[in-house]
Amino acid sequence: MNFRLQAAIGQPLYLQLMQQIRHAVETGALQNGDQLPGIRTLAEELVVSPNTVAKAYSELEHEGLLELRHGSGAFVLVSRRTRHLADRLQSARGIVGDVIEELRENGLIDEEIRRVFEAELLNRAVETVRRR
Amino acid sequence: MTDSFPAIETRALCKNYGKLEAVKDLNLSVGRHQIAAFLGQNGAGKSTTIKCLLGMMRLSSGDASVLGRSIGDRRGSREIRQRVAYVAENKPRYGYMTVEQMLRFTRAFYPDWRPEMAMKLLAEYRLPSDKKIKRLSKGMRTKLALLLAFARRPELLILDEPTEGLDPVGVEQFLQMVVASAAEGITVFFSSHQISEVERVADHVCILDKGRLKVDSSLDSLRQSFRRIDLVFPDFRAEADLQISGVQRIQANGRQMSVFATKNFDLVIERAKHLNATSIEVVPVGLREIFLETVRGD
Repeated sequence: MNFRLQAAIGQPLYLQLMQQIRHAVETGALQNGDQLPGIRTLAEELVVSPNTVAKAYSELEHEGLLELRHGSGAFVLVSRRTRHLADRLQSARGIVGDVIEELRENGLIDEEIRRVFEAELLNRAVETVRRR
Repeated sequence: MTDSFPAIETRALCKNYGKLEAVKDLNLSVGRHQIAAFLGQNGAGKSTTIKCLLGMMRLSSGDASVLGRSIGDRRGSREIRQRVAYVAENKPRYGYMTVEQMLRFTRAFYPDWRPEMAMKLLAEYRLPSDKKIKRLSKGMRTKLALLLAFARRPELLILDEPTEGLDPVGVEQFLQMVVASAAEGITVFFSSHQISEVERVADHVCILDKGRLKVDSSLDSLRQSFRRIDLVFPDFRAEADLQISGVQRIQANGRQMSVFATKNFDLVIERAKHLNATSIEVVPVGLREIFLETVRGD
């Protein structure tokens, strides 16, 4: 697997790693039973703290996407729910992809699109809090 | 790993040079098995703090312990020096020795010395073993000092600006070694001005400013606690309109406003909407910006 973590964008590295592992499972790059590198190996490869990798692995174990076997590493665990979710995410990607294309045609650059998405998500979170 | 004490702990540590208060009321805590970065401008008191921890300088008041041993206690202090490896700002002495003599000299002091690690790093760092230390470049001397520290297999590594004078390859090799050391359970505490390096490997960040500790937090929670909210209004707004709890600073520029906040992001957004903001963008803030915000004179 090729993971790429970017320290400068402000998002915690363990969250980036979690997202990339999830993404790899959703796209099928990682499949049920596949083994991930050991914590130390991956930490040295990515040059990040071993605690970062350990945290990502244990959170994903908590989510049920990984199984940590003591001494032998982390294994991908694709449950039926995950598969179902993968389908929905697949179709969500299609919808978002269309929106992005439209926005690009309107002259927005990717960074602007990303920020609009984040602002709108937060907007909605605020609305939800208000309604409660 | 049943020991519950932190790797480094200071309690109201103060250090004065005459009338100058170099370090004021420092309460620092670095957990074991972590990579912790110590940031601050030149003269903030980082090196002073480190020298106090190593017993190279007497505290003016307060107390500190390293690996569970009080630094004020004589026996504790000697034990600390056995279990802690330190790479100083101004690197090795013994300029008359060759690299090889230095290796043999140093290994004699440490029973846990790892000869295979020393050989591996000697090759990796391309250090000429028959050259006298005084003839090495600054970067090479730094590499030698790091090699000596890593090969000792200490419990705690304290490094004072270890990447100063290293080229990009040297920096990368250093970071890899830090990560590998942490994977072996070694706690690493290093001061640095290179925020991009810190951002990659650190678990914990301490920011010292004018002798005072401003930040002592995990890097993840620090990253998640800071946001910049960029706003655009149809007309001019007073900064006071957005001055709510959690807002650290507001940068106004015509109709644009940037709000740096550590909490209540949703309240800021709500207020901005109420004030008819035409654009609201929430941007995560990198460590560089957090650092600059923290040490900004207020």
